[in-house]
Amino acid sequence: MGSIELVKVRKDFGGFAVINGVDLKVEDGEFTVFVGPSGCGKSTLLRLIAGLEDISSGQVLIDGKDVSRVGPSQRGLSMVFQSYALYPHMSVRNNIAFALKMAKQPKDVIEQKVKKAAGILNLTDYLERKPRQLSGGQRQRVAIGRAIVREPKAFLFDEPLSNLDAALRVQMRLEIGDLHQSLKTTMIYVTHDQVEAMTMADKIVVLNKGEVAQIGSPLELYNRPQNLFVARFIGSPTMNIATGPSAAKRGATTIGIRPEHVDVSATAGEWPAKVRLAEHLGSDTYVHVEVDDIGPMTVRLGGEAPNQPGQRIFVTPQEPRIHRFDQQGLRVGG
Amino acid sequence: MATQQTTTAGRLLVAPSVILLFLWMIVPLVMTIYFSTLHFILTDPDSRSFIGLQNYIDFLSDPDFLGALRNTLVLVGSVLVISVVGGTLVALLMDQQIYGQSIVRLMVIAPFFVMPTVSALIWKNMLMNPVSGLFAWLAQSVGLTPIDWFTNAPMLSVILIVSWQWLPFASLIMLTALQSLDEEQKEAAALDGVGAIPFFFYIVLPHIARAMTVVILIETIFLLSVFAEIYVTTNGGPSTTNIPFLVYELAQHSYDVGGASAGGIVAVVLANIVAFFLVRVVGKNLEN
Ligand SMILES: Nc1ncnc2c1ncn2[C@@H]1O[C@H](COP(=O)(O)OP(=O)(O)OP(=O)(O)O)[C@@H](O)[C@H]1O
Ligand SMILES: [Mg+2]
Repeated sequence: MGSIELVKVRKDFGGFAVINGVDLKVEDGEFTVFVGPSGCGKSTLLRLIAGLEDISSGQVLIDGKDVSRVGPSQRGLSMVFQSYALYPHMSVRNNIAFALKMAKQPKDVIEQKVKKAAGILNLTDYLERKPRQLSGGQRQRVAIGRAIVREPKAFLFDEPLSNLDAALRVQMRLEIGDLHQSLKTTMIYVTHDQVEAMTMADKIVVLNKGEVAQIGSPLELYNRPQNLFVARFIGSPTMNIATGPSAAKRGATTIGIRPEHVDVSATAGEWPAKVRLAEHLGSDTYVHVEVDDIGPMTVRLGGEAPNQPGQRIFVTPQEPRIHRFDQQGLRVGG
Repeated sequence: MATQQTTTAGRLLVAPSVILLFLWMIVPLVMTIYFSTLHFILTDPDSRSFIGLQNYIDFLSDPDFLGALRNTLVLVGSVLVISVVGGTLVALLMDQQIYGQSIVRLMVIAPFFVMPTVSALIWKNMLMNPVSGLFAWLAQSVGLTPIDWFTNAPMLSVILIVSWQWLPFASLIMLTALQSLDEEQKEAAALDGVGAIPFFFYIVLPHIARAMTVVILIETIFLLSVFAEIYVTTNGGPSTTNIPFLVYELAQHSYDVGGASAGGIVAVVLANIVAFFLVRVVGKNLEN
């Protein structure tokens, strides 16, 4: 069991609200990702849940019980830190076993749990090593192993992959996904990388300046962003934004269209534009264009597109794919 | 130093300072060794003659020698224990978030800047004096008989004074070590449900062990040659004379330059033996 609920949670640092009234419910077994730009309060929110920071007002409930005044070790949560925070002078085995030793569990139980965790995480051959003798990915696994053996109600991850190189990041992403599949424990995962968020999450919480901008499944956020902030934040390359007559004619202050939902033609279309640069990724081509009277846009074309810098083309948004926003930046219509 | 030429040039350039430093060190040492083989009493300069190792034999078989050796070790050992344990505790306190932290830190470090002679005088006349001292006044105000510190517990008094001087040094180094403990590690421990005492022994202590060995090494070197505190307070005597003081007495009271030189060399050898073992222990500690 491990459902987590936040009710009007607020956190002030020196009179300044870093978390400003967050309401949120994480269901048991759900993989929830907190995502948002740097400094928006993701880590702070996670630390409030863990009990490493005291909340200024509001409530944190775990399995329906108010734990706002309960110490971190009593909340039954495990956290994996960005810097791993392994104990440097303990072997991998002792790092993993430490929490169990502190909880005075019997030796054979500890032994068995450590063995099991090491098995899951491919650490069996490294149990006698010290953390500094391990690679980044192995250290990360030890940190996860340390979290697993406590059999927590939920796992909290704070940007656990940001110290790894790109290839390892993809691999560890899959491993954490597998782990969630096999343990079926609630996980809350903080990242500022929206690709990580989209690929791993059951539910994404987009944070902006200490407030929830939107909560939803990855595809909900992609297909129906509730405001301009989410529209801009989710999706890569980012959504194209247009204001002025083309927005007004569609009954909105601002419209947005994703690069993959724009058609290109050499002869006719809604927006005349000039090609600035074509990025060839092999499978896709990102064509960066300068639209007359609107500004820069990105168009994503499948395969190899022949566009050359300086060329004049026409770009047209696919009508049903257009996102419309009002003056406050909130979504208009369906 | 990549090439042969730069290596040679580099050697040439550092040579003058290396040679100077070497002479600076070796000349007094050789002179002391030379004097230590002479029968050389200042009041009787005509009798100066080579006597081989006789001065060493005399020094080592001097009935005061073993006492001085014991006093040296007791002093070094006690001050080390007090300053390292006390310094760690003080550092733990100073590491807490308290109001006026920076002033507290400055005050804690202050004794280190007081000259040994001055601090010994302060302790002797203002604190430990059996008639007018602060301790005597405190004892009287609760109805106890004041202790005559330097008569009844001379070694303890010297240990207290020297510890007072070295406590700040130990505290400061320990504090620096404590502050370098990773914040996330503390939080990981909080989540692991580690209590304050296991936290200290399993996580803090291994973390500051290096700093501790450095403190021990540096303090030992200085504590082996404590002199002013003894000179000012008890002026020797069987229970506080350490080896440096014994050497001083030989030279100053008996005018025995040969004997004092031999004593000096014995002290150097002794310090080297201690340093040898310490460096090995410290080196082992620094490796991991
Ligand atoms: N202990 C603190 N005291 C004062 N301000 C703090 C403290 N911790 C965080 N803040 C402020 O709170 C805001 C949110 O910080 P937080 O670490 O939660 O951001 P984040 O979303 O995790 O960012 P990043 O992606 O860079 O890790 C920042 O503006 C930060 O300056
Ligand atoms: Mg953060």
